[in-house]
Amino acid sequence: MARTFLDLIAANRRNSVLLIAAFVLLVVATVYAFALVLGGGDPRRSLQAGAVALVVAILLTIWGAYGGASAILAMSRAREIRKEEDPQLWNVVEELSIAAGLPMPKLYLIDDEALNAFATGRDPAHAAVAITKGLREKLTRDELQGVLAHELSHVRNLDIRFAMLLAVLVGLLVLLCDLFRRWLWWGRPGRRRTSAPGGGAAILIIMVLAIVLSIIAPLLARLIQLAASRQREYLADASAVELTRYPLGLANALAKIAGDQEVLEVANRATQHLYIVNPIHPFEERAKGLFSTHPPIEERIRRLRALAGADSPMAAT
Amino acid sequence: MPAFFVLLILIGVAAFLMIGLYNALVRIRQQVKSAWSQIDVQLKRRYDLIPNLVETVKGYAAHEKETFERVVQARNTALAATGVAQQAQAENALTGALRQLFALAEAYPELKANQNFLALQEELTSTENKISFARQHYNDVVADYNTRRLSFPANLFAAGLGFGPEEFFEIETPGERTAPQVKF
Repeated sequence: MARTFLDLIAANRRNSVLLIAAFVLLVVATVYAFALVLGGGDPRRSLQAGAVALVVAILLTIWGAYGGASAILAMSRAREIRKEEDPQLWNVVEELSIAAGLPMPKLYLIDDEALNAFATGRDPAHAAVAITKGLREKLTRDELQGVLAHELSHVRNLDIRFAMLLAVLVGLLVLLCDLFRRWLWWGRPGRRRTSAPGGGAAILIIMVLAIVLSIIAPLLARLIQLAASRQREYLADASAVELTRYPLGLANALAKIAGDQEVLEVANRATQHLYIVNPIHPFEERAKGLFSTHPPIEERIRRLRALAGADSPMAAT
Repeated sequence: MPAFFVLLILIGVAAFLMIGLYNALVRIRQQVKSAWSQIDVQLKRRYDLIPNLVETVKGYAAHEKETFERVVQARNTALAATGVAQQAQAENALTGALRQLFALAEAYPELKANQNFLALQEELTSTENKISFARQHYNDVVADYNTRRLSFPANLFAAGLGFGPEEFFEIETPGERTAPQVKF
């Protein structure tokens, strides 16, 4: 029983929503628990503290959503290219823009022999796609189109905005936990602990839970963030197939990338999740489980080939 | 009194939802129209590129007159075609003729190496792809529009408000389903 790429896309979107919901729940629970303790058990003060935290979170998210693409491009030593410099590359992207019904993104070339590509930009109207020289030269037209369809799909699915949102939420959570532990340790300046109705025992239990939460929450948050990142990668793969209707193009490109040992020099921890394949982890570890930003390449290739076997009249390769 | 307000709020919410659905239908229908004209844009592009291609190839393979003439004639027929069925047939003939022209390049290594020819080949390949993708996009948008039209609760008022069904771009002539022959 084979699923079409439309099923995959629907499933991925659903999973992303669930992950964000889990995250929001985590943040709300954490904020409430902390506010409860810091507010001395008084529900009203906790609510006030919670409200303040929520407003800060929203403001940070809005700021994060409008974050500039140009900083990332500058970090990666990318050079914008015009059609005359590489007509085939330009055409490939233009074809995809037509298939997607979107304006064409800006095109950038990264002067590096490693095989990788990334996309950035808060929405399709302000998007940029970059590819390394190494990858540009090693792929056939169909494979190139598969890779660029994947990158364009990140823009289409607003993944960049999604990733920023998550990053901001994780940052906020880490900050909160930090503040909480600090306040507990040093004592809140000038405030006397008021006794809660219901006695000190309840407060003590909540405090212990809150401390445990303050240690675990950042870790949980990071795991959720990475799981979400992996989901979006699968979604981008499926959306790429939606554009090209040719899963083998991307599958073969990924196979080529997987076989390459060259390290991309300009990548760093801040930008690693944007690339089609994680550029900074040692090659043996690249594919490992919960702490990876990208799913294992073999699994991605397997899913794409399964689509090809189910949908196309060509026999599975 | 409270019951009255609740009713008012419910009506307000329902109206709000209906407006949202209506606007979405308007937006998607416009996308359908835009996608349809995008196909025409790409077809015109192909017509414009062909004369240049023929001239370039003539320079190297002057005695392959038959192939050139077939391409030029197919192009002119396609330009003059009226009605979707006629145009689809003409397009198919043109694709076949172009394919033969490019197959010609295999026999003339100087032609194959010619930068101008290679650039034109890339442009024409790309244009063929763009026509395909434009049609694909058109069908995607039509599917989206029809789905929204037929989904509850929009289906209750969509037909009444003038949102008729849109048709997919389909192959009309039976001959088009078979791949064009390439004769050497």
